[in-house]
Amino acid sequence: MIDAVGGPAVRMLGIRKRFPGVAANDGVDLDVRRGEIHTLLGENGAGKSTLMNILSGLYRPDAGEILLDGRRAEIGSPRDAIELGIGMVYQHSMLIPRHTVAENAALGMPGLPAVYRARDVEARVEETAARYGLDLDPRAPVWQLSVGEQQRVEIVKMLLRRVDVLILDEPTAVLAPAEAGALFDTMRALAAEGRAVIFISHKLGEVMEVSDRISVLRKGKRVALLERGEEDERGLARLMVGGGFAPARPARAPGQGAPGAAVIELAGIEAAGARGAPALRGVDLVVRGGEIFGIAGISGNGQKELEEVLTGLRRPSRGSYTLLGKSMTRASPREIIARGLSCIPGDRGGVGTAAGLGAVDNLILKNYRLPPFARGALLNERAAAEWARGLIDRYGISVPDPRGPVRLLSGGNLQKIILARELSSSPRALLAVHPTRGLDVGAADGVLRALSAMRGYGAAVLLISEDVEEVRAVSDRLAVMHRGRLSRAMAPEEADLDTLGLLMTGQPAPGLGGV
Amino acid sequence: MDGWPGFLQSVLAAAAAQGAPLLLVALGEIICERAGVLNLGAEGMMLMGAVCGFAACNAGSSLPAGAAAAMLVGGAFSLVHALLSVTFRANQIVSGLALSILGLGLSSFIGERLDLVMQPAAMSFGPIPIPFASRIPFLGEALFRQGVLTYLAYALAAAAWFMLFRTRLGLRIRSVGESPLTADAMGVSVPAVRWLCVGIGGVMAGLGGACLSLSLSPGWKEQMTAGRGWVAIALVIFGNWHPGKAALGALLFGALYSLDTRLQARGTVVPVQFLQMVPYLGTIAFLAATQGKAEGRGVGAPEALARPYIREEKE
Repeated sequence: MIDAVGGPAVRMLGIRKRFPGVAANDGVDLDVRRGEIHTLLGENGAGKSTLMNILSGLYRPDAGEILLDGRRAEIGSPRDAIELGIGMVYQHSMLIPRHTVAENAALGMPGLPAVYRARDVEARVEETAARYGLDLDPRAPVWQLSVGEQQRVEIVKMLLRRVDVLILDEPTAVLAPAEAGALFDTMRALAAEGRAVIFISHKLGEVMEVSDRISVLRKGKRVALLERGEEDERGLARLMVGGGFAPARPARAPGQGAPGAAVIELAGIEAAGARGAPALRGVDLVVRGGEIFGIAGISGNGQKELEEVLTGLRRPSRGSYTLLGKSMTRASPREIIARGLSCIPGDRGGVGTAAGLGAVDNLILKNYRLPPFARGALLNERAAAEWARGLIDRYGISVPDPRGPVRLLSGGNLQKIILARELSSSPRALLAVHPTRGLDVGAADGVLRALSAMRGYGAAVLLISEDVEEVRAVSDRLAVMHRGRLSRAMAPEEADLDTLGLLMTGQPAPGLGGV
Repeated sequence: MDGWPGFLQSVLAAAAAQGAPLLLVALGEIICERAGVLNLGAEGMMLMGAVCGFAACNAGSSLPAGAAAAMLVGGAFSLVHALLSVTFRANQIVSGLALSILGLGLSSFIGERLDLVMQPAAMSFGPIPIPFASRIPFLGEALFRQGVLTYLAYALAAAAWFMLFRTRLGLRIRSVGESPLTADAMGVSVPAVRWLCVGIGGVMAGLGGACLSLSLSPGWKEQMTAGRGWVAIALVIFGNWHPGKAALGALLFGALYSLDTRLQARGTVVPVQFLQMVPYLGTIAFLAATQGKAEGRGVGAPEALARPYIREEKE
């Protein structure tokens, strides 16, 4: 089944794939050996996922060929790929939430009898998971699992199908540092057994740590193939984004507008989540004008509910919420907006924008009620279009048709529309939830600069993010959220990665106590 | 037995019999919806099964031939929906409604052409007492003196449960209905599973129709299903896409159908038109009372229900 370590397993030659309007892959070559961890590095939209979706049979290439162990392979469907020993762990969970771990593993498991016993599958899952040090309960329904656990299910599922080429599409995007470390151990164990592991990422630190070789993709082309240690992080970043751009994060300017009065105040906030279970369990928080307060943590620990409480979409069952000295505990979203809170929501397409409306309508969503946009009950279309054009220019939003539905725009442009709308009202308080998630380096940089600018104007900025480094880089104070509670607030200097990692996974950190 | 016990017994017996055609259709619809395809054509498929089953039975003087014809026609008729909604990815609601309307017209046309209204039933599925079980006090008389199709309906509920939750095919069906993309990535052919399930749904709906024209009220008249196809779809929702709960629901809905004739027989002051509304009002009341509470991920409609699946779609 598995040949000698080091032999070529996968060779992709001249792969091309066009989607309407973009050449996602524009003649890409790639070769991956057995026994290596081969990283595909590139910005969002560089073509990494498309290339791997082709290898895993989900997409068909427009041109190019794929060789497996030197033989030409036709991969017309995911079924073909699986039979050829290629398995992919997708970026968006490909598990079925309502099914159990074992049922997910059983789907498409080779040799599964037509009438099978759940117990047999559960035993196989348990055994394989244990062999690679992955902790799993095969009887648990998947929707109850954390993202990290779900990823382990995906990996076990692939191992049960005896893949020798395992593709991991940005697996660390959703993991805490400690969980990522465990994943790397598993990846190394798999490679050591002679499998080829293809790792997709755009996080330079972990790429340096884990890769044997790195292929850098940019704009649908491979621009470099590097051996381990050939380039440092700075060099990798340059290759990835092209030109001399280095991802500079807006640093804190010391002493710049010393924090002012408390703007957002939460005391003992408790709230139930969507399924009625307690999601916020006593959150105390004060954000002052002129500071960025960062909340790190793995999503699903109450961040969404906190966002909803702050914006008035969810009523806390206990505790008080004060905005600029006025109680907002039972206020409606409109009252909270009127009080001066702007929000960049975590759910860009759902909460943040009306996906079927055009950019113009989305940009006036908050002030359509006010002149000059409203003339009595009628809308002034011309004023709206003019205002929108101004914002589109100022924020450099690339919109082919200002009236076309915004769901066709890229994540970066969608976020710019939200930024433009939310910041144009000069808010006294700004809540930004996962504002850079899924954006490429350039777009993410723009978002963080905008947050910084708001701080400069004296606004209280609350940043909720999963990206620990981002939170550390821009926050004046920060805390970690875990299971509906916040850790003590700390200065970024106190919060090294180890400490944050411990707090994010719910362990007490030395000197700080638990969450 | 006389008085109230006798009345209850006769209601229960009629509930089981009236529930059978509902259950047959609902089981087919459950399998179909579990694969992610909503088929609102149940009423039309049922009507086609009823008319063709009756015609074939009378022509061939054979009950099995009648049932087989009903299943065949129901299945074939449903494939129109499969072609439109699975292969051409048409809107499932529109395609299903079209099937219902088409079935209504086509079944009337066939029935009138063959003069079926005038024909008495050559034969019908009569009650068969189950040995021993039919002698259980009270229940035996009510539940174990039924027609073959009634027994079959409840047996098929158990079979459908086993198929959905204990076999590889069932796992594939449920996966396709929850997340066709995942099923596809795991090597399951989404169109094949969906065609199969739509077809099974059609066969079952056809048999449900035959259950009316060959067993419950032997004979044929225009629009003889009287909305039972729609009640069966409500039963799917009421039963939470679960065959066992659908079987219980079928008894409940069947009881509503049996109430009007039985209350009339006992003599009541309520006008008969109101009694005939009972099953439909009851359906609305049951759905209103049970839905809305269904939060959480363990229950509810399949995630991908009524959504056409297109593989190569860039997000």
